[in-house]
Amino acid sequence: MRKDIMTANRAVAEAVKLAKPQVVPVYPITPQTTISEYLAQFVADGDLDAEYIRVESEHSAMSATLGASQAGVRAFTATSSQGLLYMHEVVYAAAGMRAPIVMADANRAISSPLNIWNDQQDSIVERDAGWIQIYVESAQEAFDSIIMGYKIAENENVLLPLMVCLDGFILTHTVEPVEIPEESEVDEFLPPYAPDHAFLDPATPMSLGTLADPAYYTEARFDMNKALMDSASVIEEVGAEFGEKFGRKYGLIETYKCEDADIILVAMGSLCGTLRAMVDQFRENGDKVGMLRVRSYRPFPYEEINEVIGDAKLAVLDKNVLFGIGGSLYADIKAKCDTNEIYSFVLGLGGRDITPEYIEEVLEITKNPQDKEVYWIGLKGDA
Amino acid sequence: MEFSHEELLAPGHRGCAGCGASIGVRLALKALGRNTVVCSATGCLEVMTSPYPETAWEVPWIHVAFENASAVASGVERALKAQGKEDVNILAIGGDGGTGDIGIQSLSGAMERGHNFIYICYDNEAYMNTGIQRSGLTPFGASTTTSPAGKESFGEDKPKKNMAFIMAAHGVPYVATASIAYPEDFMKKVKKAAEIKGPAYIHLNQPCTTGWGFKSEDTIKMGRLAVETGAWGLFEIEHGEFKVTYRPEIRKPVKEYLQGQKRFRHLSDTEIDRIQEFIDNQCEELGI
Repeated sequence: MRKDIMTANRAVAEAVKLAKPQVVPVYPITPQTTISEYLAQFVADGDLDAEYIRVESEHSAMSATLGASQAGVRAFTATSSQGLLYMHEVVYAAAGMRAPIVMADANRAISSPLNIWNDQQDSIVERDAGWIQIYVESAQEAFDSIIMGYKIAENENVLLPLMVCLDGFILTHTVEPVEIPEESEVDEFLPPYAPDHAFLDPATPMSLGTLADPAYYTEARFDMNKALMDSASVIEEVGAEFGEKFGRKYGLIETYKCEDADIILVAMGSLCGTLRAMVDQFRENGDKVGMLRVRSYRPFPYEEINEVIGDAKLAVLDKNVLFGIGGSLYADIKAKCDTNEIYSFVLGLGGRDITPEYIEEVLEITKNPQDKEVYWIGLKGDA
Repeated sequence: MEFSHEELLAPGHRGCAGCGASIGVRLALKALGRNTVVCSATGCLEVMTSPYPETAWEVPWIHVAFENASAVASGVERALKAQGKEDVNILAIGGDGGTGDIGIQSLSGAMERGHNFIYICYDNEAYMNTGIQRSGLTPFGASTTTSPAGKESFGEDKPKKNMAFIMAAHGVPYVATASIAYPEDFMKKVKKAAEIKGPAYIHLNQPCTTGWGFKSEDTIKMGRLAVETGAWGLFEIEHGEFKVTYRPEIRKPVKEYLQGQKRFRHLSDTEIDRIQEFIDNQCEELGI
């Protein structure tokens, strides 16, 4: 084991090196770019024995990743924002073809207006694709989630692709301490990929990605839905096994001081670091506030959330917007959980800093709400 | 030339009677054999050969989307290479739309990157799967449902995009044109494409009974007429060296080719003369 300081992008690349995918098709895009650069250098230096494909677009990045996966190897790609939207069609196809791909998405706002900074709208666009989506809070968690990601995705009861979502710049370009385990330890935890299911092999010809008419299509989607729901227990099992081996345990959600909380702040990703500090500050002032971090957005852990929230008021902070609805995490919790009072806060779009003052405003509104549920925080002037 | 009797595209698929695309695939797979993986673009061929739970493919086959057969093939090629299976032929196949229109970016990328694969464009000169809409490879004068002939229109008003030369401009080791009506010539080219290391592109003229409007038993006849009139030229460009592989002794007037097809039936003599002139120039350039 070695400990080093690095960005989350570097941590992702280090994890990919240890996960040993055999094919890595990538196309650069801010703020994912350094992932594609680190991986290119690893291959150039002989530190990663993979076929690195310098594809001409993200659409082809996902297509080549899917082709490689269906030809029976472990495959990796990474993207962000416009790139993710450009590969959108194939993102859906990858899940439909049940390919256990792992992809990193450096969360970034989407056009228009053009904006290279962080929010989570890009991966929210893909939430219904049938992928597992893990939102990480730190560079260490980004590293760990890539390693765990393959083990989850390749589980025969899952066989769905998995997206590790890391906040652009806030994580991708910020250095933090990260523990990198020994190669032998990772090899033990994540053995080489040996698929039992259909893949392209002239010895056993199979047709993949066929036409399914109305007599069959619904069942294919039903099976995907079941696999995604079943993946919840696999995420927990793999997270527990990872914890035993490497000392960091992961589940579907993470809670902080929720037990006696009157108000629970709910969010995903790096924002939760700020929220944790704010919870402490609020408690010093006598407000019983907790924080619930949704780590696995898909599968959506509504049972786990239900167990935590009780009668607490929920303030859901979303770095995305479903126009006319509020934030996506708010909408899902509202749809699937037994909530008492719930408020949606749309904030941090396009890289707008989420300051402690914003969180104080969130708390104030939650304590004394106006006659509505959805609030945009930090709007300037009369906007 | 030896023809394999083994059929790797099984009968019973949903192609139209007289379908030229299925003839093309049968011939290509006879040339390549079982040790082949096929990557199909969305289109007629994909739809008619893969209605779950049936498949016409006796070789491993994958389809993902319309515009990305070359990118999927890129991933498949590198994955097989990573597994030490470099002897497997990789055939990507798309129609004229999937190749020259929506798929040209991924095709160009794969060609430029030098993947060891064969791309065959089965060119029936329009979007036949969706019902005969114009593509960038629809020839001048053809009436399609989106370039219809009418009082103010004689149909498609642009010449066909020259995909073979566009591919040759990538500097790939092998580019050829072919016709399903000249099976020996086509299969020789497929074999050569498989033997040459690096990307190979074969542009296959494929008459379409439904989209062109001729009798289903005339598919081969129409393919022959395309070549005999010079409307379609057979050549190859091997390591940059251009060679005509079939030269009709006497070139027939293009009218014989055009008049047998519903898509050209509206053309006046003036337009037919214009097409003849265009073909004469094209044949002169190619040396046919």
